[in-house]
This record gives sequence, structure tokens and C-alpha cells, in this order.
Amino acid sequence: MKNSTSKVIVITSGKGGVGKTTTSAAISAGLASMGYRTAVIDFDIGLRNLDLIMGCERRVVYDFVNVINGDANLSQALIKDKRIENLFILPASQTRDKDALSKEGVGKIIEELKKEFDYIVCDSPAGIEKGAMMALYYADEAIVVTNPEVSSVRDSDRILGVLASKSKRAEDKETPIREHLLLTRYSEARVKRGEMLSVEDVLEILSVPLLGVIPESPAVLTSSNRGVPVTLDTQSDARLAYEQAVRRLLGEKIPFDSSAKNWTKKIWDKLALFRSPA
Amino acid sequence: MKIINFLRFLTQKRTPASVAKERLQIIVSHESNRKSGTDIIKQLQTELIEVISKYIKVDQDQIKVQLERSGDYSVLELNVTLPEGAALTREKEKTSF
Repeated sequence: MKNSTSKVIVITSGKGGVGKTTTSAAISAGLASMGYRTAVIDFDIGLRNLDLIMGCERRVVYDFVNVINGDANLSQALIKDKRIENLFILPASQTRDKDALSKEGVGKIIEELKKEFDYIVCDSPAGIEKGAMMALYYADEAIVVTNPEVSSVRDSDRILGVLASKSKRAEDKETPIREHLLLTRYSEARVKRGEMLSVEDVLEILSVPLLGVIPESPAVLTSSNRGVPVTLDTQSDARLAYEQAVRRLLGEKIPFDSSAKNWTKKIWDKLALFRSPA
Repeated sequence: MKIINFLRFLTQKRTPASVAKERLQIIVSHESNRKSGTDIIKQLQTELIEVISKYIKVDQDQIKVQLERSGDYSVLELNVTLPEGAALTREKEKTSF
């Protein structure tokens, strides 16, 4: 049974290839393993991939568009995850009809899912076309996935503008969507060498509260190769970072960066306490 | 010449990351509609009308608020056309503008 008021979370970015689907899989599996009933929807009509990342591609019978068109009901289309309780996947269709998604159709499905689930995670396609608009329209919260790289940061800024003006909450003049920034493919070493935008740089440009920093990690490819969400795979730096992001999403206060600091930095921080003039 | 280049390198300190940040700061503040967007201008306009009409009788269309961007700065322009012989209606309370 669901145990709280339902929340709709969109995973979006504007730019493609930054890690939206990886994040959707990791966050939804993380929420489910903490006991929340979670459904994750693939909004990338025509180019479905969430099923592959979640490892259930051979169990797809009906899809999102089938349910919208009334060819199947939700319980027929939802795929129950075999590894953990509480996790369900609604795959996208492979047909190329991008107009298959309508505000009314999507709204009806989300309302129906809200009766059963604590969290409804919407995996947005790239771009700002129909699919992306539909994925964010009903959102209560948004996780903006960004790489520390110029085009990704600019696109994130664009999508933040869309969230603030084109969502249902914006149209109805309700409390705005709660925005979170998730920085992915981050390399501490390259930041130190001055080759990559730092967390602070990106936060300064986008000014959105930080949900987490996922390091560039070989574990992400390994997990996707095997069709296992990062948060359900063997322990890794990426898994730890995603788990912390999930706990922050649930309201826990977890300090950033403590694991990234090496022991010399920690000692310097301690010394800094004694050095402070005030 | 090599020494000069080296000195220049030492003094400039422009890493690829800082170049990226500078470039982004310029385009993002110019493209972004969320922080200085039309919604905020509209809201500012209605609030200004409320405040001004507390003191002076003016019509709504006599107050114009515009945000213009040129180069790397923005100009917020406020135009209030006062009717002839406009009187401050709450002079006793506050007259300084």
C-alpha cells in the first residue's frame, strides 16, 4: 500500500546523453528500496530505452501509448520489477507517433497512478518537444540532470525556464515545481586541473539547489550493460552518490563532498578552525 | 620570447573551466527568462501601479515599465505620465519620492 501523498518527479535536462534514463532508473529503484511504492514512466516515445536500462526489455507487452489509447489498462502495461518490491515500469511505445501523448491522456494515467503509488518518476526525452513537455507538465518536483559542460548547462537553464512557465503548476499559478540540480559525470581530478566546471561554478550559473554530484564512474556503464539500476548493483562511488541523492530527495540533510576530500584536506579544514581570526 | 609567453601564462591564469564559466555567465543571464523574465516585469508593473496610485491619481496605462538589454548591461525604465495639476492625495503621510 502507498503510505504518503503522491509526488510526481520529472527527470529532465534539455540536452541528450547526460544521464536522464540512468538517473530515472537509479532514483526510482532507490526510492522503491526505501519502501516507497514507485512507478517510473518512459516518455521517450519512439526511442524507448528505460526498459533496457532497467533490464525488463523482454517483458514489455503493452506500453504507455496503448494505455492512453485504451488498448490496454494500466495493470496490464505496468511491469513489476523482479529484484525489489514496490517498483513498476511503464515502458514507452516504439511507434514513431509523437502526437500519441495528449495532456488529457497523460493526466488521466498520472491520476490513476497516484492512487497506487507514492512516487511517479517521469523519464523525459531530450529536447523541448511534445514528449519533454508532457513529461514535465504534471510534475511536483524536477530533477535537472546536468553535465559540467557548456552545452548541457545552457540547456539546463532553458529547461528551468520551461519548468517555470509551461508546467501545470505554472499555468494554474500554484506553488512552483520544486527544482533540484543533479550534476553527473563529474570528475574531481579534472576540476582540480581547471579543465572542468566545478560544482560551485554550475550552481552559481543555474542557482538551483543541489541534489547530488554523481562522479564519472565505470560502474554506470557496467550497470547499464547488465540492465541493473546503479542503486541495485554492487557498491560503487556512483551508487553511493545516487543513494545520497535519493535520501536528500526524501528530505534528509546529508553533507556534500565529505567522501571526496582526502585526509590532507580534512586536516587543513581542522586547522582552519584554529586559524580563524573571529 | 618563450619567457614572455611563460610569464603571460603565469599572470593570466585563465583555465579552460574559467573560460567556460565566463562564456556561460554571459549567455545564460541573457537567455534566461526565469529570473528577469516578462512575468516578473508584469508583477513589478502591477505593484508599482498600486504604490503610485496610493499617492497620485494616475491611470494604469500612464505607467510603463520596460526592461531593455544592450551589451552586457540591462536598463529598467519606468515612465510615469502625471496628469496636469496632479496632486498628491496623501501629502500628510508621506511626500518624499
